[in-house]
Amino acid sequence: MKTIRKSLAELHTLLVNKEISSVELTGEYLDHISEFEPKIRAFITVTAEKALAQAKKIDQKIAQGESIGPLAGIPMALKDNLCTEEIVTTCASQMLREFIPPYNATVTSRLEAAGAVLAGKLNMDEFAMGSTTESSAFFLTANPWDLSRVPGGSSGGSAASVAAGEVAYSLGSDTGGSIRQPAAFCGVVGLKPTYGVVSRYGLAAFASSLDQVGPLTRTVRDNALVLNAIAGYDVLDSTSVPFNKPDYTQFLENNVKGLKIGVPKEFFEHGLKSEIAELIKQALKTYEQLGAEIEECSLPHMQYALPAYFVISTAECSSNLARYDGVSYGYRAEAEEVIDMCETTRAKAFGPEVKRRMLFGTYALSSGNYEAYYVKAQKVRTLIKQDFAQALAKYHVLLSPTTPTVAYKIGEISEPVACYMGDVYTIPVNLAGLPAISIPAGFVDNMPVGLQLIGNYFAEGLLYRAAYAFEQNTGYYQEIPALLREAD
Amino acid sequence: MRIKAEDVEKLALMSRLELTEEEKAAYTESLNASLDYMHSLTKLVTDTVEPAVHVLPMVNVFREDRVEIGLDHKQALANAPEAEAGSFKVPRIV
Repeated sequence: MKTIRKSLAELHTLLVNKEISSVELTGEYLDHISEFEPKIRAFITVTAEKALAQAKKIDQKIAQGESIGPLAGIPMALKDNLCTEEIVTTCASQMLREFIPPYNATVTSRLEAAGAVLAGKLNMDEFAMGSTTESSAFFLTANPWDLSRVPGGSSGGSAASVAAGEVAYSLGSDTGGSIRQPAAFCGVVGLKPTYGVVSRYGLAAFASSLDQVGPLTRTVRDNALVLNAIAGYDVLDSTSVPFNKPDYTQFLENNVKGLKIGVPKEFFEHGLKSEIAELIKQALKTYEQLGAEIEECSLPHMQYALPAYFVISTAECSSNLARYDGVSYGYRAEAEEVIDMCETTRAKAFGPEVKRRMLFGTYALSSGNYEAYYVKAQKVRTLIKQDFAQALAKYHVLLSPTTPTVAYKIGEISEPVACYMGDVYTIPVNLAGLPAISIPAGFVDNMPVGLQLIGNYFAEGLLYRAAYAFEQNTGYYQEIPALLREAD
Repeated sequence: MRIKAEDVEKLALMSRLELTEEEKAAYTESLNASLDYMHSLTKLVTDTVEPAVHVLPMVNVFREDRVEIGLDHKQALANAPEAEAGSFKVPRIV
């Protein structure tokens, strides 16, 4: 196997045993990026020089006999809505095309402290609003499994870069499925942690009560290693939760005997492709053979999750994006008078999807509509939380497809509501603030399919165990896109 | 209830967004489509349900009140479209 596709644990061993230096390893990834970027276009910015400088530092540590952590010296990349000091952070928007943050997001600092090598910043839907990465103000990203298809979104660059082997892992953000859906579309592992487990400090806010940062990796073990580095209380994020962070790798046990899995019947409706339903049934059989107990269950209010999400996320977005006024940072349009300056700045620098959501959010929050839409949606949120609480009192985890379809063709989804329908199984999880993971579960039409496991608050460990057992007994994660096989 | 072109104008003003005539027409249509989709919400009876503002029961999150070093002047102004005498500069206000 090519070095760049080895697991984090294998790469760590190579580095520690001095079979490869971090500079050499980083060089290999950078070469691979140069070779594949013309086709994939996952990166908005490649930080080759900084990456090699960081790699050199890690090599010096190794040479001096210092011990290094499991992520040290290994290249990764960040979604471009995570702040990186002195490195442009665009949110894939004209608004922030030249914005250079004066500070790091907490996840950036934590990875840096762990010795991670930042290879660059990844494409996404503008301000994370979208499910295809097509709303990026800059360019489209292609799905490594089929270049005529989207990688999903909004963390499309994060998923595509990992699937294409351009980095060992990446971070994305998930507001309604933006880590899990692209992970499913690109055949990688994506975790949305419990709300509050990973700091949002330095993550450009879209919908603050829903946003959560998480890792995209090729394997479940890699995912647990990255979560180890980024999870944990942060005083700089008032919604981050003080909790005893475990070593998530301790849960990676190939054993699901006695694990109770609930299968919500509502997650098999809404246009689920029959071949995907079939693969999920096979997955349930696999779990059963491994000793898990499977039972159908019901989450009766799921049909209201999408409209409630639409109201809450647009309302929060209209408030969060008010800060882009052309005054202190970001794009500014020239005008004689300050209000004109602000209105023209926003008109010119925001894309159509961002404007649409801001307008609807403003509508939902304006007097006369506030009670009917915003408060109503918050009440639905309570009902959805209760549905999950009841199900998770009975089952250890819930299992569903991650998405109803495989990755769309580029340009296939033009109508906004259709786009949301693709997130129908992921959105309810954000409303409840629960953790969920998407793992590879097979292929339909030669495109990867994802399986979603949902757990109780702070039960990331249990999710990893359930995901790991499935992964080890199926091996879908070993499949790579034809594009990579041909290049080898 | 339908959203009319005048409503979109008002929303645009509140959102500080200048819209072209074509955009106004397009957003009127698209917001109404979204509104149709929201319709199911209005049919759900939720009189006795408490709204969830947040997913976790966290209240009064405070930190120690102590002085910490933040961004200096130069850093804070580094991304300013226009700055003068240590301040952000904007066009005429009144």
